[in-house]
Amino acid sequence: MQRLLALVPVLFTVAVIVFLILRLTPGDPAAVIAGNNATNEDIDRIREQLGLTRPLLTQFMIWLGNVVQGDLGYSFYLNKPVTELIAQRIEPTLSLAAGTMLLAVLVAVPLGTLAAWRMGGWLDRILSGFAVAGFSVPVFVIGYVLIYVFAIELQWLPVQGYRRLFGASSQGLGAWAYQLVLPWCSLATIYVALIARVTRASVSEALTEDYIRTARAKGITEQMVLLRHALANAAVPIVTVVGIGIALLIGGVVVTETVYAIPGLGSLTVDAVLNRDFPVIQGVVLFFSLLYVLINLLVDLSYLWLDPRIRY
Amino acid sequence: MKSVVRKLLAHSAIRFGMSVLGLLILLAALAPWLGTVDPAAMDSANINTQAGVAGQFTLLDGTSLAHTFWMGSDNFGRDIYSRVLYGTRVSLLVGLLTAVVALLAGGLLGMLAGYFRTLDMVLMRFMDGLMAIPAILLAIALVAAMGAKLWTVIVAIAIPEIPRVTRLVRSLVLTLREEPFVEAAKALATPTPVILLRHILPNAMAPLIVQGTFIAASAVLTEAILSFLGLGLPADIPTWGNIMAEGRVQFTQYPGNVLFPALFLVPTVLAINLLGDGLRDVLDPKFAKRSAG
Repeated sequence: MQRLLALVPVLFTVAVIVFLILRLTPGDPAAVIAGNNATNEDIDRIREQLGLTRPLLTQFMIWLGNVVQGDLGYSFYLNKPVTELIAQRIEPTLSLAAGTMLLAVLVAVPLGTLAAWRMGGWLDRILSGFAVAGFSVPVFVIGYVLIYVFAIELQWLPVQGYRRLFGASSQGLGAWAYQLVLPWCSLATIYVALIARVTRASVSEALTEDYIRTARAKGITEQMVLLRHALANAAVPIVTVVGIGIALLIGGVVVTETVYAIPGLGSLTVDAVLNRDFPVIQGVVLFFSLLYVLINLLVDLSYLWLDPRIRY
Repeated sequence: MKSVVRKLLAHSAIRFGMSVLGLLILLAALAPWLGTVDPAAMDSANINTQAGVAGQFTLLDGTSLAHTFWMGSDNFGRDIYSRVLYGTRVSLLVGLLTAVVALLAGGLLGMLAGYFRTLDMVLMRFMDGLMAIPAILLAIALVAAMGAKLWTVIVAIAIPEIPRVTRLVRSLVLTLREEPFVEAAKALATPTPVILLRHILPNAMAPLIVQGTFIAASAVLTEAILSFLGLGLPADIPTWGNIMAEGRVQFTQYPGNVLFPALFLVPTVLAINLLGDGLRDVLDPKFAKRSAG
């Protein structure tokens, strides 16, 4: 409960920042919010609704009151409430993000553990090289190289697009996953680099502990030593970096959706910026920040389960 | 001093990073003399020329000159090689200036937060809020609000980096202010700004330089990402990101327009990152240990 309350000031500050960003634009905020397609009546209505003639603090309170009630404003460009737009676009984004995270963890944790087990070995050296390189390649370059090789040259996988998992137009799990293989792999690269590096550091530290020597002395298999003793004790930093990496993942999602023409929240954001559709930009930034903060709350709570010594 | 330089040069990652960066700076500076044409000039006779073709390039004023299209040309008839070389200037400039802006702002705020306890609470809560917004999204929103010009892009990329610098400097100040030399300076009634700048800042330099290097690397990447999304600098200022953004449209037929700039972008970021790793090992061994463990 205390952890949950600690989020309130953070989210409040996020709201202040998101509110103020719009005010950086020169000109009438009502006209900015209304966008290029709005009529004069629209602009007047917004000015009335958001109390834009009143002091800045009152405006903020009105806006915040709406946001807290789940009203993120109205996109005059797309003629829809922002919450509805986000709801429509959330499935592709969650598919991309969750799949990437799962793939990255499944690849990075075993690799990092093995690298720590045989530190200085060939796997370790390849992995540490990859870790630096992974941070230096933008995700869209990886995306285009993968498209070039697997979709254009080899023609194994589709170039772009998205097939829904749920809803009337769904073609089932297979079609959904087939379409997402390349996006998952592109986005997972940087995440694998991040997680593998931390896993290696964390497991290698655990391996120097006395209980590892004791475990080996008991004669249990090396697999069990790694899994039950080293990895289990190295879990907290790994889970932490998975949580911190969500910010990186969200940035990557925006780019990957553009590369693969996936109609998710990322492409919604990019379109909103190009159309100067500010309610959508604000809504998406708020939504992603809330998601990021909540996931890190879950990460914090998972420590209790991963390491019973931790108490809040 | 001499020994520091020798130590730096003995580190292979630093040598590699410095060499690559040196080469890039040279390319950026000498761009006009390396067989390039005006990067913004469009020659309608040379639309989508293949890479490596030698031909004629007609400039806007009508003069025609012999020109080799080392990397081909794009769908507007602009020479990719020239755009990539001139793009080096912008990318390096963005990396450097972003690091400078983030270090100056974060350094100042961190010193204030670390030294003036009353400010600390408010400032750090604000920083927590900034850090809760995913960096690229924050940069996107800022560019959207301020418009895409060179300085707005730099500021937009720098702002998400500021909280981390602020935290770093704040924690350094909190440790340093308890040191005897600071207490001595205080006892001598040294004015607070002098204590901060003369006694605390020099001792915080090493971690700041390391941090700045990593910020520069990520700034070069972020600029490319913003440009790639079509939200960065306008196309008349060539950057690696916006060359790739424009090449995106016809990637399937002409992959070179995306891949050639990438061949510059990736080694550049890699070189800066390796330089940062090396500097951290040499200048800031405590930090290297901390982040590895």
